Amino acid sequence: MIQGISIYHFLIVSTLMFFIGIAGFIIRQNLITILLSVELILNSVVINFLVFNRYLYPDQLQGHFFALFIIGVAAAEASVAIALIINIYRRIHNIESDNVNEMKY
Amino acid sequence: MAMINYSYTILIPLIPLVIFVFTGLLGMKWKPLVSGIIGTVGVGISFFLSLFTAYEYFFATATGSAYHTIIPVNMLWLSFTHTLQIHMGVLLDPISVMMIVVVTTISFMAHLYSIGYMKGERGFQRYYSFLSLFTFSMLGVVLATNIFQIYIFWELVGASSFLLIGFYYDKPSAVAAAKKAFIVTRFADLGFLIGILILSYYTGTFDFSKLLQPGTHLFAGLAGVSFLGLSGITWAMALIFMGAAGKSAMFPLHIWLPDAMEGPTPVSALIHAATMVVAGVFLVARLFPIYHFQAPDVLIFIGYVGGFTSLIAAIIAMTQFDIKRVLAYSTLSQIGYMMVALGVSGYGGEAGLGYMASMFHLFTHAMFKALLFLGAGSIIHTIHSNFMKDMGGLRKYMPITHFTFLAACLAISGIPPFAGFFSKDEILAAAFESNKLLFYVEYITAGLTSFYIFRLYFNIFWGKDPEYKHKPHEAPLNMTIPLIFLGLGSTFGGFVPFHKLVTSDMKPFTTVTHWGIMLPSVGIGLLGLAVAWVLYKKENDLPDKISKKLGILYTSTYHKFYIDEIYLFVTKKIIFNYIARPIAWFDHNIVDGFMIGVGTVTVKISYKIKKFQSGELQQYAFVFVAGVIMLALFILYSLGYH
Amino acid sequence: MTMNVFMFYLLSFIILTFSVLTITSRKMLRATIYLLFVLVATSGLYFLLNYQFLAAVQLTLYAGGIVVLIIFSILLTSHISQRFKKPEPWKLWMGIIAFIVGSVLVSWTLLSHNFIKNPGMKSTPVDMHLIGNQLLGLGKNGYVLSFEVISILLLAAMITAIVIAKKEKNQKSDTL
Repeated sequence: MIQGISIYHFLIVSTLMFFIGIAGFIIRQNLITILLSVELILNSVVINFLVFNRYLYPDQLQGHFFALFIIGVAAAEASVAIALIINIYRRIHNIESDNVNEMKY
Repeated sequence: MAMINYSYTILIPLIPLVIFVFTGLLGMKWKPLVSGIIGTVGVGISFFLSLFTAYEYFFATATGSAYHTIIPVNMLWLSFTHTLQIHMGVLLDPISVMMIVVVTTISFMAHLYSIGYMKGERGFQRYYSFLSLFTFSMLGVVLATNIFQIYIFWELVGASSFLLIGFYYDKPSAVAAAKKAFIVTRFADLGFLIGILILSYYTGTFDFSKLLQPGTHLFAGLAGVSFLGLSGITWAMALIFMGAAGKSAMFPLHIWLPDAMEGPTPVSALIHAATMVVAGVFLVARLFPIYHFQAPDVLIFIGYVGGFTSLIAAIIAMTQFDIKRVLAYSTLSQIGYMMVALGVSGYGGEAGLGYMASMFHLFTHAMFKALLFLGAGSIIHTIHSNFMKDMGGLRKYMPITHFTFLAACLAISGIPPFAGFFSKDEILAAAFESNKLLFYVEYITAGLTSFYIFRLYFNIFWGKDPEYKHKPHEAPLNMTIPLIFLGLGSTFGGFVPFHKLVTSDMKPFTTVTHWGIMLPSVGIGLLGLAVAWVLYKKENDLPDKISKKLGILYTSTYHKFYIDEIYLFVTKKIIFNYIARPIAWFDHNIVDGFMIGVGTVTVKISYKIKKFQSGELQQYAFVFVAGVIMLALFILYSLGYH
Repeated sequence: MTMNVFMFYLLSFIILTFSVLTITSRKMLRATIYLLFVLVATSGLYFLLNYQFLAAVQLTLYAGGIVVLIIFSILLTSHISQRFKKPEPWKLWMGIIAFIVGSVLVSWTLLSHNFIKNPGMKSTPVDMHLIGNQLLGLGKNGYVLSFEVISILLLAAMITAIVIAKKEKNQKSDTL
């Protein structure tokens, strides 16, 4: 709880960050930049959890632990995603998402 | 009366089953001879067990008054509801004990014989596993405790017969014969099944122990039912007879049996002469109390069908040149005899003479007809031909076959003291007492029988030698032993006191000797023999002259009265064109058309919409986000969470 | 304007600016560095909220771990000087539409919702002992099950990453 800053301020920031991430996911071609966008989205969600915890239920720690677990999941996700990207690169010498459409119909 | 534990009788059918499973699954890994020996030994054990059963049943507890129905094993097999339950078990009464002896005897002989006959054939193990399957199913039929069990094994018998007729499956004629046999008998079994369903629907039971009680009230429900002017029970029993007629090859369902001779000869002896084809007779005999008390009209009908079949088959047999076909038509004729005997029989005591005679003839016929087929088999084995023109003078080369064959010929012609004389005489006596027309038909048939069988005999064993490529030789020992055994059976089988053992009400009765029938019947048998002697003993042109004189009569007989052609005409020209084709058209264009239409439309639509599946990750993400936003809007504004 | 308010606006500005730069930069390494700035600024927000432990985790795990991993993978798969080609216009428009519609919808929904405030509660740092006890606690506020699940997930992810990324035996050595 910060004097002078309401919950809405935080939420607007995280919302914008979330949708910037989504826009990046849609706009960028490179698989690694797509991964960066995903990290943005995850971070905005973590902010949300913490803000709700601090502003609405400051005597408890649920949001805090969820944030912790999200960071853990993000680490796992990043490692698997990077392994996949490296494997794709070995196969097609390229990590543009346009070229990874072999699985369509 | 000391109770004997008969539960070992379950082994009689089970041993062949076990052998079938093992030979069928593992046979290919064994040497061929091993499967033959295992099959033979197994059936041999069944054979001795059957003999032992017969001894215990008939003699060990002989009370002199009556035999009882014993059900040593009866287990619940299928339980649909508490009223519809199907049991499997073993039922012992005089006819089933008699039948297991017949089946295992002939089966044992055929197994033993086949070791020599089938030597070196491809699929020897397969052959033996099928033989065991057949033996198992046939024993299941005769030991059945209820009509549904009979039906199940009945179909198994049909299936194993199909497999054995088509044993040489690379020969088109064998395949065609197997299909013909299966389709014809299957068609008949449709009637059988409907009959069973009608019968059990109204009586509420499958069990013989309830159905066969004389004077039972189970049929009260059927009395009021009538359809097309005939009562329900008449329909049921007539339809059941249709099944019996199919298996026993009664006119007009007889067409499959002559073709079934495409199978190996021991199979013809076992299945298509001695055991399976008499299953129909057995079925009628099994249900005899119902026929007699509830549907006497059907019983008379059975008698006429049998009489007609026996006459027509005997006439056709006179003109055939393939020895196995002669024997096949002879089988038809003899089964006709048994049906006649059942048809003219009454119930109980002296009136039940026909029933007893029928079973007696079944017994003796199994012996001599199996012998005839096995004898023919050893001839074919040596000559490599089925046709009379390739044979002649064989008595010099094959003495054992010759003498045993002669004994069987005398037996079938009804010359005393051979087995056929006693049973045939009793059939004629029974017919004489209740139905003069059938008596005369059978009397003439007896003469014809004697003629055609000795025509066969003289053509094979006498006359001039044709040019043999190899010198014919006597069959090996394991083939002649069955011949000798069956020869003894055909010679002395007539002395078995059947009237004390197998009777319609299971009580012994005494027979009187019908001199007035016996002498003329021996006379006509000898007459037939004499005519055959004159015509065929020495090579001469008399038979040709006679056949020329008879003209169209002879040719139509030679072509089996064109019955096959009539069937073909009816099925191909009428049923195919006017029933099957429209149905096929309907199936093709309407039923399939609808289904194909559904498929085509689906495929077309999928081609149109598959472009959505672009593989573009970003496009998917956008659609996903759009979907989430729309869902959010929907939840917020439509469901009123706002 | 107190320091806290100033810091909040500063950090928010950094976050939003560098977020936009992350997704618009046409050089990959730079984009990653911009992301690093975003992550560091986010951890600053956590400090503002008095979640020091989480802020530290954010700095070490995200800034120190994941970003370094990403940089390594960039070095493995791309040339540093390589510039992306411009995005296709339809993708650009899709992204912009998603951004505008989504953020407007969510913001408006948030702003029109009245959160129950708890003004009486003091914002105090979270005790590290409490975090440790609850994370491994079995009782009412215990998270030991989630903790174990996460640990198994991480193990599985590690194995998966190794299996996916290792060279296949028959693959030619010149491919990488």
